[in-house]
Amino acid sequence: MNFSYAVTAVALVVVATVLVGAFGLRISRTTSDFYVASRTVGPRLNAAAISGEYLSAASFLGIAGLVLVQGPDMLWYPVGYTAGYLVLLLFVAAPLRRSGAYTLPDFAEARLASQGVRRLAGAFVVGVGWLYLLPQLQGAGLTLAVLTDAPDALGGIIVAVVVVATVAAGGMRSITFVQAFQYWLKLTALLVPALFLILAWQGDGAPRQAFDEPATFREQRSVRVKDTLDLRLERPLTVTVSGTVDGRRHDTERVALSAGTHRFERGTRLAFAPGDPVPAAARGAGGGMSTSLATGREERPLYATYGLILATFLGTMGLPHVVVRFYTSPHGVAARRTTVAVLALIGGFYLLPPVYGALGRLYAPELALTGDADAAVLLLPGRMIGGLGGDLLGSLVAGGAFAAFLSTASGLTMAVAGVLTQDVLPSRGVRHFRLGTVLAMAVPLAASVLVGGLPVADAVGLAFAVSASSFCPLLVLGIWWRRLTPPGAAAGMLVGGGSAFLAVAATMAGLPGTGSLHALLAWPALWSVPLGFLTMMLVSLATAARVPPGTAAILARFHLPEELHAEAKA
Amino acid sequence: MTGFLAGLCVAVLPLLAAGFWLGRRTARPESLGDLGTPVEHATFQTLHTASLAAPSLRAGLTEETARKSARRLRTLLGTDALCLTDQKQVLVWDGVGGHHRGEIMERLAGPLETGRGEAFPLSCATPDCPVRWAVVAPLTVDDRVHGALVACAPRESAVLVRAAGEVARWVSVQLELADLDRSRTRLIEAEIKALRAQISPHFIFNSLAVIASFVRTDPERARELLLEFADFTRYSFRRHGDFTTLADELHAIDQYLALVRARFGDRLSVTLQIAPEVLPVALPFLCLQPLVENAVKHGLEGKADACHIQITAQDAGAEALVVIEDDGVGMDPEELRLILAGEIGPSGGIGLSNVDDRLRQVYGDDHGLVIETAVGAGMKITARVPKYRPGVHSAARLTSE
Repeated sequence: MNFSYAVTAVALVVVATVLVGAFGLRISRTTSDFYVASRTVGPRLNAAAISGEYLSAASFLGIAGLVLVQGPDMLWYPVGYTAGYLVLLLFVAAPLRRSGAYTLPDFAEARLASQGVRRLAGAFVVGVGWLYLLPQLQGAGLTLAVLTDAPDALGGIIVAVVVVATVAAGGMRSITFVQAFQYWLKLTALLVPALFLILAWQGDGAPRQAFDEPATFREQRSVRVKDTLDLRLERPLTVTVSGTVDGRRHDTERVALSAGTHRFERGTRLAFAPGDPVPAAARGAGGGMSTSLATGREERPLYATYGLILATFLGTMGLPHVVVRFYTSPHGVAARRTTVAVLALIGGFYLLPPVYGALGRLYAPELALTGDADAAVLLLPGRMIGGLGGDLLGSLVAGGAFAAFLSTASGLTMAVAGVLTQDVLPSRGVRHFRLGTVLAMAVPLAASVLVGGLPVADAVGLAFAVSASSFCPLLVLGIWWRRLTPPGAAAGMLVGGGSAFLAVAATMAGLPGTGSLHALLAWPALWSVPLGFLTMMLVSLATAARVPPGTAAILARFHLPEELHAEAKA
Repeated sequence: MTGFLAGLCVAVLPLLAAGFWLGRRTARPESLGDLGTPVEHATFQTLHTASLAAPSLRAGLTEETARKSARRLRTLLGTDALCLTDQKQVLVWDGVGGHHRGEIMERLAGPLETGRGEAFPLSCATPDCPVRWAVVAPLTVDDRVHGALVACAPRESAVLVRAAGEVARWVSVQLELADLDRSRTRLIEAEIKALRAQISPHFIFNSLAVIASFVRTDPERARELLLEFADFTRYSFRRHGDFTTLADELHAIDQYLALVRARFGDRLSVTLQIAPEVLPVALPFLCLQPLVENAVKHGLEGKADACHIQITAQDAGAEALVVIEDDGVGMDPEELRLILAGEIGPSGGIGLSNVDDRLRQVYGDDHGLVIETAVGAGMKITARVPKYRPGVHSAARLTSE
């Protein structure tokens, strides 16, 4: 793959983002077109902006990588990421907008009139934001490493610097346009190459064994093991090895490997023959990017699937950067229309990554064992088409991937920095916002350099699980249950979100290795979300005397359309 | 291993932050143990307990505040049972012997009427009832009895009578302060109502005059202007809600400028740069139009050539930044300071100080107007409007698209 094209594409995306952010459509107008100058953001533009901010590295790279490694089960990811907006539309969108809240802590304060709950919500916003930023930076590092052989951390650092610089300098003034632009850029960057790839696939005779289990090599393929890893074989397999396997040196000789787990030292070169099954990476020492939660799934597939579904369905409403965008809608009805448009835009987008995943299983199955499965989207154009066309398409995809990192990371950074400046750092002012921006980015950047172990889509799944267990109960009960009390809300968030957070931390730290406990900790949503709801309701009922005064009026404002409310007050 | 450590750090950091915050919230000066003599120590202890009870009482005497403070007050008095009542019922009974509620309320009628303390034995059917005797000390605010503090003990004690009286007086002071707080809030509300913007009479007169001048020469134009005028006055005279949206306020500014342009024609040019994200922001009603009116006045005052006004609204995180800039005569900063301090009345219109006062009242002192000006150098007024503030909700729907 030609580096210069890809680097140029990435640089173009960065420059375009900064330019659109700083100057884009901020045209001065005279009074004669006052009407145009003061027009609110329409549902379609806002929906494109929300989608642009939402479609992160997990969507752009991660889903294809997971489908490549684990097959069609992983289609639950795009389904879940999309369906989250359905739940948002049905239960949250319009009342949240009518509450007048800009951030989630604002909502907590508006509903419960409690500074304590506000601060707790702020802490969770920061936690979820950091968890979500982490895979963005890792994904950026991976992308750059695959494209240019740069060190793993460099891409993350570049994204961090660009985002902090633009956000802190106030360069995201016309953020709606930037994000909407990013959405269309990402869609184009996946759609155009996908069309060419499908044509190439057709030209190849449209082979259909994409979802055979396990994936097999279609042609002679040589793989170099970058880091020491364990591979698990379902059946005995004979491969040509030059390097160290299970502690024994081999020098370009055929080795018969028995079924079971084998350790391959770094630098080992393996040559597979056509028709060989692709071995799966096993958990253990030296696990690469895509080992991770896979085994948890294999141990308790049904449990893991439901855990994933619950986390993604209910987690979307608690993502700080998504909630903030609903404030831009002029009223509740517009917020609902926006959500419908988001469903359409995101649904359309999510048709594409599985295509890459399926083609990846056909044409680049060895990615599953080098731990670079997340890079499938980036490598496929070069692999299937090749030549100048492949390079150009590959650089288009790379640019789109960087757009994904930049848009999600900047949205998250702004949300986290906003909470840090408002609720954590001592006083207000522009300087503190800059400090908050740096702080918001520094922590996940440090963590991404240190941790660096989870596949992108999995890490995002964990952020969703925490958000689903803390904010979903707060929002749903806050909007639909009049007996919610501040102590109840605080306890529910602490117990639900806190336990999910601990489970996530244990998983990221690699504790415990296997077994049902691992499955429970790796997919916490299935128990932590009901736990959060239950705690919130029970503690609220126990502290019934603390129902905030004016709850009826607050709920009326949440649920009545604005014009009705204005008339009622007049 | 590094992965494990890092994961641990990621997990522990927020917990540490939460712990730090909780610690700061609940921090109490408990470490006074070794300080001073036992007497001083006891004084510290007493003062500290009293200071813990104070905040809840500062919100007035209700069931909630009584419940929060009763435990502290009982520690202060060192009795077995303490009860706070209002004029009709027992608000809270802290400690043993809760079955005496009814009896206490019956015996309270006298003290509540006269406002004088009393001590009396309790009659009880339970043989080993721990409370046999009660001291009643009324709680008075402005010589009116609001309720009573009742301390119960197993036997008669002159010390308790004295102590209960003192504590009741201290509680009364707190309740008086609560009363003051309430009147202050009412005063602020009244002030906000009084500050409610009104459009200047000069503007009405000038607008009608300019419309009249068009009636013969350009009846169509006159009709349009009259409609703008009607819309604008309807907006500024409306009576429901103290808040509006930035979009509605900008709409009113547009109507205002249309009327002003009819009068001054080409001498006035206005450019706008509005970030659509901030249009739904709620803000006090008519708090930007006076700034534009001020800019127009300064821009056209004392010069014959054109004046340029720039209106900008930017999205700045959790705030909207509204800037109104003119290139007119400007103002002496010292004079401006006096106007804002309320020492010189504004020459006409609503004036900057009114807008400044209202913004400060709604959003706090760090959200007043920031004005940059000098004589002959124009004027730049910046207002920072938070996107969310409890209690700030626009009453009207945004103008439909």
